[in-house]
Amino acid sequence: MGIAFENQLAAPQLPSRPAYGDNQTGTHLPERAGSLNGVIVPEQPGKNAIEVRGVRKVFGTGENQVAALDTVSVSIRENEFFTLLGPSGCGKTTLLRLIAGFDFPTAGEILLHGQDIAPLPPFKRPVNTVFQSYALFPHMTVAQNIGFGLEMLGKARAEIEARVAQMLKLVKMEALKARRTSEISGGQQQRVALARALAPQPKVLLLDEPLSALDYKLRKEMQIELKRLQHETGITFIFVTHDQEEALTMSDRIAVMSAGKILQVGTPRDIYDRPAERFVADFIGETNFLPGTVVSKQAGVATVKFASSATISAGYPEGFDPTGEVTLVVRPEHADLVPDPAKGTIAGTLANIVYFGTDTHYHVKLDGGGENFIVRHQNSRSSPVTYATGAKVGIQFEEDAARVLKD
Amino acid sequence: MTTAALSSVPLSKAALFEAQAVKISARRNRLLSLPALLIIGIFGVLPLIIICVYSFLVAAPYGGVQWQFSTDAYLNFLFQRDIFDDTLQFTPDFLIIYLRSFLFAVVTTVICLLLGFPTAYFMATRPPAQRNWWVLLITIPFWSNLLVRTLAIMFIIRDEGLINNALIGLGVIDKPITMLYTNFAIQLGLLYAFLPFMVLPLYSSLEKLDFRLIEAAYDLYATRRQVLWRVIIPLSKPGIIAGCLLVFIPALGAYVTPLILGGGIHLMIGDLIAQQFGSGRNWPLGCAQALILMTAVLVALYFYVRNTSGKVQHG
Repeated sequence: MGIAFENQLAAPQLPSRPAYGDNQTGTHLPERAGSLNGVIVPEQPGKNAIEVRGVRKVFGTGENQVAALDTVSVSIRENEFFTLLGPSGCGKTTLLRLIAGFDFPTAGEILLHGQDIAPLPPFKRPVNTVFQSYALFPHMTVAQNIGFGLEMLGKARAEIEARVAQMLKLVKMEALKARRTSEISGGQQQRVALARALAPQPKVLLLDEPLSALDYKLRKEMQIELKRLQHETGITFIFVTHDQEEALTMSDRIAVMSAGKILQVGTPRDIYDRPAERFVADFIGETNFLPGTVVSKQAGVATVKFASSATISAGYPEGFDPTGEVTLVVRPEHADLVPDPAKGTIAGTLANIVYFGTDTHYHVKLDGGGENFIVRHQNSRSSPVTYATGAKVGIQFEEDAARVLKD
Repeated sequence: MTTAALSSVPLSKAALFEAQAVKISARRNRLLSLPALLIIGIFGVLPLIIICVYSFLVAAPYGGVQWQFSTDAYLNFLFQRDIFDDTLQFTPDFLIIYLRSFLFAVVTTVICLLLGFPTAYFMATRPPAQRNWWVLLITIPFWSNLLVRTLAIMFIIRDEGLINNALIGLGVIDKPITMLYTNFAIQLGLLYAFLPFMVLPLYSSLEKLDFRLIEAAYDLYATRRQVLWRVIIPLSKPGIIAGCLLVFIPALGAYVTPLILGGGIHLMIGDLIAQQFGSGRNWPLGCAQALILMTAVLVALYFYVRNTSGKVQHG
């Protein structure tokens, strides 16, 4: 077996539970190809590393029952940087803990390369975790922390030392290997936590908001670092975050979660440009919501009339049939200001101008009332028109800027 | 030049002020520590000096001391002067009592640790609201006097006691098992008396344990046993050290328990020393025995702490 379960199979604990790698289903797991020296070639290209099937997790009993996960199904591919994104309490950490084995699902299956690992304890899963609090062992040095997993797997001393050295180099911590974990900075602890989780060469690496404790600049650095590590090791990363920007910049695919359900799975571009639900549009990036009435629809495009009797054509997700009163979503950067109110699709008064350095946000109080509409302009040296607060302006939309979404 | 001279003025003023502040706070700290130092001096150091002086004097016939320098008390610890030819003969009686006491104390400490660790772990893993109740339960024995509790044990284990009566009543045995006035009784009494002193420091150190570290260890392929030995025990070492010291030292000098449950037949150091001041009427010998005990404990402590704290540091 690739991840050396030899000694785990002999472990006396939980003898009734099958160890990962027990050949029950008849599917043989191939040897792990390659090593950390080079990019690891996926064993089964395009196959799913993790498959979550109809998983429910209920905490508490009787009246106090809370479903942290409500029948969730998702497939995570090999070598993918997959992000679980959602507000706190949406169930993303619960899902991660179920994959790690710290909790067991109330119902459903979790497959790792086709084998159900849901009933296995954490020490029998070839899955490692980078904890939000890092959870480094304070009574060990940096090197001892990194070598811990390998030591528990019963590897030879020479092999452990070699791998620890490799890992130290990978996360650029060679100089501090003899330090205690209390004697290094937060960013360095983060690197050690990563190296410790990567050292046993897990099939899947789970990351539970690992960057949330770092300051802005360090976080940016670590985002790039994580992408590099994922690329170099070829290990499937499952990353949990509530930071939508982090999710967009780092992920191959994102699953947006809310209230124990997965609302949408897709590439960052899919999620941002074609959100499936109002919650997704609202949670990721800034969005304007406009009320309107569907006049007609044809082949995924609806014609929507505003109160000002102007109309606009807007796309809508598959499997959704918009009728009557609907809400349109428009990204602030997909709209533009025009000085003449009559030339815009909708019109209003400039209520506020907020300068952000890279761009400027114009808050427009719409003539029809409701929430302020925000238009984002990228700042350049030659911004053609300058606007003043209180000016009457029109708002134009780019093509395909508006979408009709389920509430 | 001028700017440097100008800027040096406020700088040196600030430095002066700082030095003054340091001086004042140092003086205040000394003042604050005065009550503690007084108590330690009067009730700790002074009696120790008296004991030390007395141990080098000669015993008066009816108790007390005669002011005459002698090292007899220390010689008498290991040797006995022959009445006829005045030669010194090696008599290990006292030494045996000391070794017995050490053995009792070690066994007490080890068993207390084995019983106390799971107990403390159980308490520390309860929901926070429940934990204080468990601590309260552990401290219940402290609500009554040790003497009373030891007498209660006597009533439970004596020949006509609770255990023997119950066993005879059930027909398990037909003759009572003698438990009182045996080594077993002393050991049982010591365990009972000192178990809370093990549980409480262990609990306080396990309660502070970050249980996410245990999850991290499981995640890194450690089995339950490996988690215990590689993570939980090393991290609760301060509690283990404190608990062992709190049990071992008082157990070594235990007086009431061996006196009552050992029936004066099976002596421990505490009873031996008490005898010298009572029926033995040899105060210098009692003082010497007390000092020898103290020295032995200090030496043992030194090595114990040095070894265990070293292990904590080097993982």
